[in-house]
Amino acid sequence: MKIHIPTPLRVYTGKQDTVVVTAATVGEALSRLTTQHPELQKHLYTEDGKLRSFVNVYLNDEDVRYLPEKDTTAVTEADVLSIIPSIAGGGAAQREETNANLS
Amino acid sequence: MPTLVEEPVVTKLPDLSNEEIARYSRHLLLPEVGMEGQKKLKAAKVLCVGTGGLGSPLALYLAAAGVGTIGLVDFDVVDSSNLQRQIIHSTADIGRPKIDSAEEKLKGLNPFINIVKFDTMLTSANALEIIGQFDVIADGTDNFQTRYLVNDACVLTGKPNAYGSIFRFEGQASVFATKDGPCYRCLYPEPPPPGLVPSCAEGGVLGILPGLVGVIQATEAIKLILGVGEPLIGRLLLVDALNMNFRQLKLHKNPDCPVCGANPTVTALIDYDQFCGITPPAPVPVAPVQEINGIPQISVTDFKRRLDEGENIFLLDVREPHEFQIASIGGHLIPLRDLPARVNELDKNREIVVHCKMGGRSQKAAELLKQAGFTKIQNLAGGIQAWSEQIDPKVPKY
Repeated sequence: MKIHIPTPLRVYTGKQDTVVVTAATVGEALSRLTTQHPELQKHLYTEDGKLRSFVNVYLNDEDVRYLPEKDTTAVTEADVLSIIPSIAGGGAAQREETNANLS
Repeated sequence: MPTLVEEPVVTKLPDLSNEEIARYSRHLLLPEVGMEGQKKLKAAKVLCVGTGGLGSPLALYLAAAGVGTIGLVDFDVVDSSNLQRQIIHSTADIGRPKIDSAEEKLKGLNPFINIVKFDTMLTSANALEIIGQFDVIADGTDNFQTRYLVNDACVLTGKPNAYGSIFRFEGQASVFATKDGPCYRCLYPEPPPPGLVPSCAEGGVLGILPGLVGVIQATEAIKLILGVGEPLIGRLLLVDALNMNFRQLKLHKNPDCPVCGANPTVTALIDYDQFCGITPPAPVPVAPVQEINGIPQISVTDFKRRLDEGENIFLLDVREPHEFQIASIGGHLIPLRDLPARVNELDKNREIVVHCKMGGRSQKAAELLKQAGFTKIQNLAGGIQAWSEQIDPKVPKY
């Protein structure tokens, strides 16, 4: 199945916008993804292995958190997983580097 | 569908003058707008939080459409680097407050509307009062703190939020904080910690993208006022400008949402800098900062003086290669993210000054080198930008 990688995370997938994996469930697909691209692990999961709260994973157009079987939901080759992180840009001032500077 | 904007029960809708009827004729011919809809627009008050990339097209279209009162919140001044996307401002406006520049353009486009200016940063202290004066809020801000602040203030005051956000070539849009719909916290309960997601300063943005997304926000604001069509409630629209692809995802109202759920724990505005893990900007220090996290800070003037005195200092540039192509001051380029693997290119015995664009990434690089056993490390305060401003204006600012 295909996994869509959003722009902010493509630096961790060798610039690929789509990663293809073979998996039986949502959870398995994500674990294949982080095995192929280990740098993604800390961006998607907390240290105790929970999906980070500013990252959402969608199976087709549905939020995995709201699927009855969550990440054990069965998937097929035709399904698409999308990782949707929060973005905050408004095309205004570039203040974030200043924040980094101060933190 | 019924209008989501609460109409005053007793106040009758304002009349349109003959000039206004002529101006809005293409709206009046649409059965979905008509005289009544146009009067609703005239009576409506929309707040644009930010007059930047998203706020520019948003405010311009709202003004053209005849939204009677447009509020503008911004404390920034126009910079030349804004003009690639912030189309409400012109070259002659560089250095002017954005709200003044925006007001002039909006009044020039449509003299029949009122502009209410708020020359301030939206904060927990003023957000409820400002947002409370409007019917629809359009969030065009550029940082997580203000995103959560606008969301919470919209939920607490019961105002719908026409939301838009952008990064590089991708955008998101939705309508949050309606009575039965989800809010931004239902989608993202918490912000990312600072530094985990690459910042816009490193990322850049396609100038046209805020145009696409801001116009979607304006469309949603107008639909909410008119009560027509299907608003983007419970849907997240994803815009991919590079592949020119629009997709939508389902959003659910989270029954356990801390602000809009059944048993909210956030019932007043909070400290959003703290919530987002950000140290608020410190007051301008009287003396330059000597040291941050054990890393000595060197000013561009001191660095220049020492170079002129013939000192043998190694300059390390930790920006990205594409930034190096825009401007360079002769540093050895190792992007921050490659630094851990390339530390062996550096000589521990030499004095090293690290720089980036503004001093943030180079501070991180310096801390990393210190941990790796380097002792003669200094951070160039203000980065290549300060160098351009104070030493050599021939080095372009970006």
